[in-house]
Amino acid sequence: MWKWLHPYAKPERAYQLCSTLQPWFLWPALLCILVGSVWGLAFAPQDYQQGDSFRIIYIHVPSAILSMSTYVAMAVAALVGIVWQWRTAFMAMIAMAPVGAVITFVALFTGAAWGKPMWGTWWVWDARLTSELILLFLYLGVMALYGSFEDKQQAGKAAGVMAMVGVVNIPIIHYSVEWWNTLHQGATISKFDKPSIAPEMLWPLLVALLGFALFIAAVTVMRMKNEIIRREYHRPWVKEMVQQAQENNHAV
Amino acid sequence: MQFDSWQAFWQMGGYAFYVWTSFGVTFLAMGLIVYSSASTHKKLLKDVAQESARQQRIAAAKQANQQAPKHNVTGEEV
Repeated sequence: MWKWLHPYAKPERAYQLCSTLQPWFLWPALLCILVGSVWGLAFAPQDYQQGDSFRIIYIHVPSAILSMSTYVAMAVAALVGIVWQWRTAFMAMIAMAPVGAVITFVALFTGAAWGKPMWGTWWVWDARLTSELILLFLYLGVMALYGSFEDKQQAGKAAGVMAMVGVVNIPIIHYSVEWWNTLHQGATISKFDKPSIAPEMLWPLLVALLGFALFIAAVTVMRMKNEIIRREYHRPWVKEMVQQAQENNHAV
Repeated sequence: MQFDSWQAFWQMGGYAFYVWTSFGVTFLAMGLIVYSSASTHKKLLKDVAQESARQQRIAAAKQANQQAPKHNVTGEEV
């Protein structure tokens, strides 16, 4: 497996892989998000306690779960970059940070808009909400640290260490609803035994979750391509690739 | 459909503001990051093309310079 994986450490191959994957991530992502949203908004049954306000779940839960998964993926990329000195791994890391930050923002915002009608407040400084806010700051910190170095290999190492240290926050977010008294309700679907949600409500949620995951993957490969071009700006293969793209454009 | 009419659907059982703001802001944020990534990509490709065109022009000018007869300040051939 390692032999098969190794060529993708080369930026050129990684770029090609990203280009191939991009449409396969982007269009199914948009389709799944559309289907999940329409299904969740119009066809899923009402919650017997929360009425129609619970429909925010179809974006809140996917974004909250994936804000954590994306962070772990980013930290794994940082680890690979630091241990094996892969430049492309740092590029993947920094490609994931902005989309992770956006998804974390979405989780916080939809949480606030759900909390206002249900809890009577937009925001409370309790464990779940605060640790999720710290997650947003970690993403922004990784981006800021990466941006502050001129030498991007150094930048990758520094931001990578920060990303790896920040992983400690992930179990805190996940278990915060059990460790502390909080307004936030407990886990609904990420339980190993039976999920405590009706199947008619669960299915659109899973579709939306898949859609958000594919969306994050799509934006990651898009940004990864940009980062590769930025880093390989003067390499011949980049020039050839651009020339070919231009010729294709003129032909069309 | 869980709602009796379109009107009931838009009203979301009285939670219209919260539900539609959530979905609106979410899709806006997601659209923005896709747009910014795609426009950065376009700009990078354009920059690379411009830079390689510039280097070709420099190389061509250098070659032309070498082939052309050299002149001194007063315009006499040397």
